[in-house]
Amino acid sequence: MFGLRPDAVLAVPEKYYTLSDYEGNIPRWCPGCGDHSVLTAAQKVCRENQLAPEKTVFVSGIGCSSRFPHYMKTYGFHGLHGRAFPVACGIKFRRPDLHVFVATGDGDCCSIGTGHWIHAIRYNMDMTVMLLDNEIYGLTKDQTSPTSRKGTTSNTHPTGSVLPPINPIITTLGVANVSFVAQTVDWNPAHLYATLMAAYQHPGFSFVRILQRCPHFSAEVYADAVTDANQTLLLNHENGIELPKGVERMFKNTEEHDPADINKAREFAGIQDMIPIGLFYQKKDNERYDEYGRHNLGFSIEAKEAALMNEFEKYAV
Amino acid sequence: MLELNTNSPGQSSGGMVDPKIEVFPVKEHIVEIVSDSGEGAQKAGQSFGSISAKMGNGVWTVEIIPAEIQPPARSREGASGIRIRLGSHAITNMGDEADLVVAFNEQALYSRIGQQAFKEGTIILLENKWAEDKVPTVQKQYAEALADFESRGYDVREVPMETECLKIVDNPHHGKNMWVLGLLSFLYNRDLEIAEAQIARIFRRKSQKVVQSNLDLLHAGFKWAQANLGFQYDIPAQEKGLDLVVMNGNEALGMGAIAAGIELCSMYPITPATSVSHYLAEVFESAGGVVHQAEDEIAAIGFAIGASYAGKTALTVTSGPGIALKTEFIGLAVMAEIPLVILDVQRGGPSTGLPTKVEQGDLLASIFGQPGDSPTIVMAASSIEECFHFVIMARKLAEAFTMPVFVLSDANLATGVQPFPKPQFNPDWLAPPVDQSNWKEGVPPYNWDEKTGLSQRPVPGQKGGMYVLTGLAHDEDSHVAYQSDINQRGSNRRSRKLAAFHQTLKTPVVNGDDEGDLLVVGWGSTRGSIEEAVAKVRESGAKVSSLHLRFLCPIEPGLKEIFKKFKKVITVEINYGDEADDPLITAETRRYSQLAWYLRAHTLTEVDFFSNVHGQPMRPGAIVERIRKELAL
Repeated sequence: MFGLRPDAVLAVPEKYYTLSDYEGNIPRWCPGCGDHSVLTAAQKVCRENQLAPEKTVFVSGIGCSSRFPHYMKTYGFHGLHGRAFPVACGIKFRRPDLHVFVATGDGDCCSIGTGHWIHAIRYNMDMTVMLLDNEIYGLTKDQTSPTSRKGTTSNTHPTGSVLPPINPIITTLGVANVSFVAQTVDWNPAHLYATLMAAYQHPGFSFVRILQRCPHFSAEVYADAVTDANQTLLLNHENGIELPKGVERMFKNTEEHDPADINKAREFAGIQDMIPIGLFYQKKDNERYDEYGRHNLGFSIEAKEAALMNEFEKYAV
Repeated sequence: MLELNTNSPGQSSGGMVDPKIEVFPVKEHIVEIVSDSGEGAQKAGQSFGSISAKMGNGVWTVEIIPAEIQPPARSREGASGIRIRLGSHAITNMGDEADLVVAFNEQALYSRIGQQAFKEGTIILLENKWAEDKVPTVQKQYAEALADFESRGYDVREVPMETECLKIVDNPHHGKNMWVLGLLSFLYNRDLEIAEAQIARIFRRKSQKVVQSNLDLLHAGFKWAQANLGFQYDIPAQEKGLDLVVMNGNEALGMGAIAAGIELCSMYPITPATSVSHYLAEVFESAGGVVHQAEDEIAAIGFAIGASYAGKTALTVTSGPGIALKTEFIGLAVMAEIPLVILDVQRGGPSTGLPTKVEQGDLLASIFGQPGDSPTIVMAASSIEECFHFVIMARKLAEAFTMPVFVLSDANLATGVQPFPKPQFNPDWLAPPVDQSNWKEGVPPYNWDEKTGLSQRPVPGQKGGMYVLTGLAHDEDSHVAYQSDINQRGSNRRSRKLAAFHQTLKTPVVNGDDEGDLLVVGWGSTRGSIEEAVAKVRESGAKVSSLHLRFLCPIEPGLKEIFKKFKKVITVEINYGDEADDPLITAETRRYSQLAWYLRAHTLTEVDFFSNVHGQPMRPGAIVERIRKELAL
């Protein structure tokens, strides 16, 4: 009728998801906490990519930032301290159809969960990792974190911490099979959103460190950078994080950096006088463990029975 | 020395008759191969066991494993080897003293002598190259040992193993074991075609040249024995009944995973559990599964929980130290009600303990190991056959009761080889496809049934089922508990699931009379030894029975009533307990072996125990002795 082929199918999305489709419980983070803006950015990424909420899982560990899944209206897994990565990897390995996000903090990822972090980078499964780094333990009330700067005073180091901090970007860049490493800040929503978008779209383990303000326990660490544009260095490249022109103009300091260049990436990651933000490194064709996991999914009952019968045969008397 | 009919050679089971060969019919025999580590004694013994099972004998094998990969040669502590007990009837345990031993050096035998593995008259076929060794002390040790063995009453026959092997291979270090397999194949009149097929199977990944050389060794060993030993044993096959399969306990666990339709085994290497994953790594992919070797024990269970949560109930396999590390995640699976299968192949503990040796030390850790109240189902396989079937059951229970389920095995079952009836496949064994239907509107993620505590569980992908799983105390909606009664209610519902499961359990059946003077209660791999011991003592008219438990948590029903009908109840198990007459031990200070402790609490019955942590399987003879002592016989 009306010239349409009888087998024509008009693809109409079943439903257009709006931001409210991703909004879960009312966040219980402190007012002024940087986590709020990350939550908003993540919800926007979901909407922009029209991720079905039932096909999306936010996995976290324990800590302030790990409350993240509670505030999404997707599936969520608020598990154990430091153990978000094994759970997220297990989900993705046998359910590659799900969109997996990980929300973790500096204690969760860089202290108690360090072993899993290193290996998750190497597994390079397709997931988006948000490290919300406020350089302090918040939930347990003001203890030194592995990313706290030397001299940080806290309840565990009242006279100042004695060791230099871990640099999560340099650490990530040092792991075999690393495929996406970016840094952004909670106080620049446009850059934050653009970075998370790029991370989501990267086919592999996308690691985004988000410098995140804790108004309660570490308010001073990013205070100057928030107000003084000179303290931030924007890494730019045609293959980098794509920013609207207006946003780019906000930055006084910019440098061209090809995200294919891992040595240069390590150099930028190590600079001390400014906060480098942008895409440090990306490689799209690394080995992916979720692809390996996918290869023999969906065996029929008959195929499984046949495999078992074959085993009985092998061990028959 | 030889038990039966020494004057009348019988018809050998293979049908070969040679008038020069004396044939001794026996009902059963215990054979050991003892060597330095790395000489392939276990491979030869496992092969001998498989060949014997294929020929219709009842078989049980147990490996003798040193802790090191390659301990110093000729060291007593480094002895490696295997025991094969074979008979004309079903064999359920390792038995007592060996009848015949093949030894690659005399020093290795001393570790077995220390474990009372031999008796007067045990035949020892001993490599004789040490007599001519270029190191004088070795020659001396050898001569001294020969004299010592003679004084102990062993029947030593020197065998030129190395000399004979050198006629076929340049390096007899790799190959002597197959020569010995040939020798044993002659002694027990094994079918050489079956032996050849066995060699082809174990060397399937090697070149044809390697296979051929091992076949040559097999035949050479056979022919040497035929020409030089002059005797054979005849152990007739069991009556042909059902079709059988033969494997060890870890293979059975792995095969159970395939039969359960499980698609992920997430593990970290740990002795003696690892070989489950070795087996699966070879065949799992052809059954839709993958073995994931995680970065550590914690990640292994976390990964499994991720897959389980996402609808593919997974298994993790480990041993004691791994269980210790997995504790927090087990608690999460309990709290958040995620199905999971945990295979614990127990070894000696605590800490690194006895990695290669048997212990039943994880019972209480499985039941009570988590902080807080953490109800889980705990079951223990008592045979190789049960290793297979319990994995299938464990997956179903894990899903039905949305909780982790432990299947306890141990180092004795892990490497023990025993034939059992070929399981009849049932499609219900397999996991159903992941439910991706729409979640019913208004139904909370923990829709706890008031009476049973059971609830369905939304799986990612189910529309309308979105919820946030949490390890925090939570209500029906998985919302974090901010009110005082919520944790009480959640704990109550989770606990009630065990009570609901308990309703489905049957009262266990007593082996022997329902009443008497002594009841021996066991669990796990000791069943064969206990039942054999009880049968033996009952022959003398003693009123002793036994009871074997498969479900430890919730515990099988009716125990108190069963116990009441016996004057005395003891457990037999392989874990630590204080002896009543140890220094400082009083009724108040005495710490009981694990099942005894648990049964005392559960039944308020006076339950004593016989246990030790020697790292050895329980022998029927030791149990017989203890039963006699308990009964003052």
